[in-house]
Amino acid sequence: MRITQGCFSFLPDLDDAQITAQVEYCLQNEWAIGIEYTDDPHPRNTYWEMWGHPMFDLRDAKGAMMELDDCRKVHGDKYIRINAFEDERGIESVQMSFIVNRPKDEPSLKMTRVDYVDRAQKYAWDVAR
Amino acid sequence: MGADGDVMETAAVPATVDLAAEYQSSGVAEILDELDRELIGLEPVKERIRETAALLLVDRARRQMGLSQETPTLHMSFSGNPGTGKTTVALKMAGLLHRLGYVRKGHLVSVTRDDLVGQYIGHTAPKTKDVLKKAMGGVLFIDEAYYLYRPDNERDYGQEAIEILLQVMENNRDDLVVIMAGYADRMDKFFSANPGFRSRIAHHIEFPDYRDDELLEISRQMLADQNYHLSAEAEAALDEYIALRRGQPHFANARSLRNALDRARLRQANRLFTSASGPLDAVALSTIEASDIRASRVFKGGLDVDRPTPQGD
Repeated sequence: MRITQGCFSFLPDLDDAQITAQVEYCLQNEWAIGIEYTDDPHPRNTYWEMWGHPMFDLRDAKGAMMELDDCRKVHGDKYIRINAFEDERGIESVQMSFIVNRPKDEPSLKMTRVDYVDRAQKYAWDVAR
Repeated sequence: MGADGDVMETAAVPATVDLAAEYQSSGVAEILDELDRELIGLEPVKERIRETAALLLVDRARRQMGLSQETPTLHMSFSGNPGTGKTTVALKMAGLLHRLGYVRKGHLVSVTRDDLVGQYIGHTAPKTKDVLKKAMGGVLFIDEAYYLYRPDNERDYGQEAIEILLQVMENNRDDLVVIMAGYADRMDKFFSANPGFRSRIAHHIEFPDYRDDELLEISRQMLADQNYHLSAEAEAALDEYIALRRGQPHFANARSLRNALDRARLRQANRLFTSASGPLDAVALSTIEASDIRASRVFKGGLDVDRPTPQGD
């Protein structure tokens, strides 16, 4: 099942030239680029693993792309996303986030029934591989 | 590539090329004029830069016509004594390469061994990579590059930084230009110990020492920038100072002069403060007298406490 999270996720996957252009746009806005990966695409899994530090002093997208290549080498079969963080006072938040790498076989989300207090039952989403 | 780079790619292959027009429109002329105006002396350096600019301009024209595809090797080495303007020229070089479209952003990242080499195992690679990431799209200026290589210590982490640098210099030729700088003799030794660098660096530019009259001209310009000027006697004193200072240890060309002038300004301020009675006009406030310069230790035979700082020139 194709996971849709962040920008561009309803579009076909971005190729490297397109990712470079997006990163370039982020750098123009003076946002810091961070690379994160995970094997758990559950929407509630907000905090992905960080790949290195966020890059606050890049001038050119190539720097981020090098890191992305390195990350792909190690975590090629996981989800990788690029976050653009704006450090402006009062904003201090991620402005843009998009997936740049997906596993070959994406896991699906499946609904499971769980027991709850007093014999009640609830439904929850789980990642099924 | 910059805006004009994109135009270049989409336009049809031109049948002829007007180099003079290219020279003007690319902004190269502007940078070279600036170089001529702002840098005193350094004739061989300016000559080499003019040659390099011409080469790159022709190469760009050839690429527009589809005659060559390869990015030429642009890594350079600047060798010369401290204070001969290597950093300043590197800055101009970054501008030049940017105007010609050989680097995308045209910024200069100036580093020394400390910025590249870590202190423990596993520390060097991320450090070097961080610097390289920062320098992507611009020029990486490695000052006193020979410190990267320490032959006396085979476990030195410098070797690791060198390997990463070499790899990036080879694989990312489109993305960044590396300029290595340092004293001429030690650079030669460094290159002979690391043949990888020698073969990857196409342009070796030597920076000669300034002559005495050039140093005087430089100091005049430095003072003029700060709205100071030398009295006639002070100029004679400074001339003498330069000749004496050159014979003393740790002489760092223009940087020594800048330090000397800073101290002269200090003495001038002190002189005005202690001796002035009544109001001072602008001329008095901005004139450096001979006594301000002659008070220097250099005239008393040395004991130079003001060593040049080891990094950045």
